[in-house]
Amino acid sequence: MTETPATGPDPAPASTGSAAAQPAEPTEPAEAGSAEPAEAGSAEAGQAEPGKPAPSRARLTGTVIIQAITQGSSAVITILAIFLALVVGGILIGFSDPVVTKAWSTFFSYPLYALTQTWDSVSFAYSQMFEGAIFNPATVSAAFHGGSIAAIFYPLSSTCAQATPLILTGLSVAIAFRAGLFNIGAAGQWVGGAIVATWLGFGVSLPPVIHVIVCLIGAFVGGAVIGWFVGFLKATTGAHEVIVTIMLNYVMYDLLSYLLSHPTLLQQPHQTNEIAPFIANDANLAHVGGPPPQVGIGFLIAVAAALAVAWLLSRTTTGFQFRTVGASPSAARTAGINVERSWILVMLLAGGLAGLSAATVVQGTNTQLTFNSYGTYGPDGITVALLGRARPIGVVLAGLLFGALHVGGTYVEAATLGQVPADIVQVLEGLIVLFVAAPALIRAVFRLRSTTDTGLEAVAKGWNG
Amino acid sequence: MTTLATAVRAPLTTERRHLAAGTFIVIGLINIFVFGMLAHAGDASFELSLTGASVKIPVISVPAAPVCYALGAVALGLGVLRATVPFSQLAKRLAIVGVLVCFLLSLLCWADAGALPLNVIIISQGTFTESIPLILGALAGCLCERSGVINIAIEGQLLFGAFTAAIVASAFGGLWVGLVAGSLAGGLVGVLLAVFAISFLTDQIVLGVVLNVLVLGMTDYLYDRLMAQNPNYNTGITFGSIKIPVLSEIPIIGPIFFDSTVFLYITYVAIIVIQVALFHSRWGLRVRAVGEHPTAADTVGINVLWIRYRNVILGGLVAGIGGAYLTIGSVGSFIPDISSGFGYIALAALIFGRWTPLGALGAALLFGFCEEMALVLPTVNPVLPAPIMNMAPYVATIIAVAGLVGKVRPPKADGQPYVKA
Repeated sequence: MTETPATGPDPAPASTGSAAAQPAEPTEPAEAGSAEPAEAGSAEAGQAEPGKPAPSRARLTGTVIIQAITQGSSAVITILAIFLALVVGGILIGFSDPVVTKAWSTFFSYPLYALTQTWDSVSFAYSQMFEGAIFNPATVSAAFHGGSIAAIFYPLSSTCAQATPLILTGLSVAIAFRAGLFNIGAAGQWVGGAIVATWLGFGVSLPPVIHVIVCLIGAFVGGAVIGWFVGFLKATTGAHEVIVTIMLNYVMYDLLSYLLSHPTLLQQPHQTNEIAPFIANDANLAHVGGPPPQVGIGFLIAVAAALAVAWLLSRTTTGFQFRTVGASPSAARTAGINVERSWILVMLLAGGLAGLSAATVVQGTNTQLTFNSYGTYGPDGITVALLGRARPIGVVLAGLLFGALHVGGTYVEAATLGQVPADIVQVLEGLIVLFVAAPALIRAVFRLRSTTDTGLEAVAKGWNG
Repeated sequence: MTTLATAVRAPLTTERRHLAAGTFIVIGLINIFVFGMLAHAGDASFELSLTGASVKIPVISVPAAPVCYALGAVALGLGVLRATVPFSQLAKRLAIVGVLVCFLLSLLCWADAGALPLNVIIISQGTFTESIPLILGALAGCLCERSGVINIAIEGQLLFGAFTAAIVASAFGGLWVGLVAGSLAGGLVGVLLAVFAISFLTDQIVLGVVLNVLVLGMTDYLYDRLMAQNPNYNTGITFGSIKIPVLSEIPIIGPIFFDSTVFLYITYVAIIVIQVALFHSRWGLRVRAVGEHPTAADTVGINVLWIRYRNVILGGLVAGIGGAYLTIGSVGSFIPDISSGFGYIALAALIFGRWTPLGALGAALLFGFCEEMALVLPTVNPVLPAPIMNMAPYVATIIAVAGLVGKVRPPKADGQPYVKA
């Protein structure tokens, strides 16, 4: 895996003399995250470093980019992690293709044939994924011959629709991360929101617009209650939030199953399956510019939520307290911040965001709650938050990437008649986040100079933390 | 690496004693007023032998409500004793076990009052069936976490073990090959966990979650790709039951403990070996030293990183056997996400059992019993729905970590990567 020669001309001298050879460097923070100049979101002031001035000296863009690449800023690490994941995923696609394995069995007779077969198999899968999720050139030529122009944007709008719940659960995990808590419970909070939104959706009659808003608020509250409980337990008894959230997820799954199997509660009448009634039409989130999956109000809600979280974290006292608690609870307590209150509040908000995620699904793309509705939104939220480095803008971008992968995965499964199952996407997601979480590995593979760690060490802690 | 003395408040022992006593009394009152009062008129009856057993034991019938009252009174008495008399460590644990048994028995009496007899043997066998993956998973977690590496990837280790065991056993037609392969597959996830956690210093909770996602995706993908298209890779062969001669003929005990697949016997061995090794050997002393205070361990010449690597991988091997049980030990065929949360319940059992093998065993059996009850109870008494029974292990764990019944304390250095200064 170490064959990429592009960035490794002289790793040894560079690493030994980096500090001495580059006098323009002293403003680089030495601990807890580098300046990361190439970061798209550049929400770096939020890296829980109160009192540390941002690098004020203007630097030449070219130097910055080269340094970012050789020293591995978080954006570069992320891109390399995605690349590496695609390579490993490609190997998996290639070697589970019978044509390819057959070609490799004759590798020593026809080496070129084996390589071209592998390339064909993998590149076909990935190009299909791209066409399904982002842009299909065929739709442009079709539009010139009387096809619809809207079809050109169909893949992108599907991607946005898929990304919506992922962004919201991602924000849920991310905001808790920033306060030093690991919210594995987005799935359970999602279920809490879904239950309330569904019940308000079919059980209550309200005027059209008000109904939508009431359901959204209900979903937020439904998730927030579950999140609050976690924060409350941590604040009052010290119960570790990871354990409590994992357990609460399963409690909520079982609760959902119970509610969905009783017609007096949430089950659709005359049903034997665990399925709720459709929510009322006037509780549906509207779509902008046409039928689903055109970009819905849900996506706009997700983006607005991201902006709100970004504002909260970087511009308000509460956000500052969250970040300080995340950086060091003992220091925060010494500074007079009510740590317990911050924990409770941040978990409440995290739960609410996960509940909103449920609202965008049950009021938007899939208006009938079933036992399987919660899908993988919870775990995906964790991966999205990690990939987005727990920053709101990063979460939106990561959510869009994973949304695109989901759409592309479904598309590629159909295009290859099941030869490449959509589950490949889950593998890619897992690999991407695994590599993102281990920047040291990426540096080793791509021979990047090691400087400050850009991993997620701000949250690395044990059960005792 | 923020290690924090946070709001984990150590309550005074008297406060703790009152909490425990209060919990006992609440359980006793539930026994009397919920189970006793609400029980249907009639007897609860229990069968103690299987059909066709050589020694028949007559069906035991007891009046349901009075027994619930009696059991409730016992729990109340224990609660009052706990509040007034200072208990030794052993007595405290026995008291917890006693109250739990009272609770479960009155639950059974309430459920079965006036209904067909419940077969205790079948319920016990079912409890073991549900518990084996939990026990092995919790033991795996115990090995990892005692050496200071958090293992949330138990779920992934079980799942990958289950997949690999099924496909290898099917492809080679050999169950033992499948068992070994399943164990190795769990070990492979353990290797990944070890490399990233110990060498690349990745956050271990993040890592565990990510590994679970990765293994789930991988097995789903390979299932669609290989098994769904070629049934020869998923034939569903299973281990048969092995009767231990003589021992399996003992009434009651025999069919429960000595008439099962090889996995139950492996589990016995694993429990004993790991308990003795961890707490009664130099090996275990070193492991625990590394998990509690790696710097001190390093100072006296223990190779911290090597011990952690070894234990994490050993844990993976044990969890892999538990995974293999899910396919070739019970149902045979692999289906996507067959572990469906067993790994997380195993983690709960580990925590509930306070990071000790025997504690984890007790917790896993309790959780397995809950799952078995969730299967059995709806057939005799539809009042208590399965989903509510299924919640029990998780609620119990939340209560435990919230400190309502005793203090749960993880190994001190659990989750903190060790970097030599």
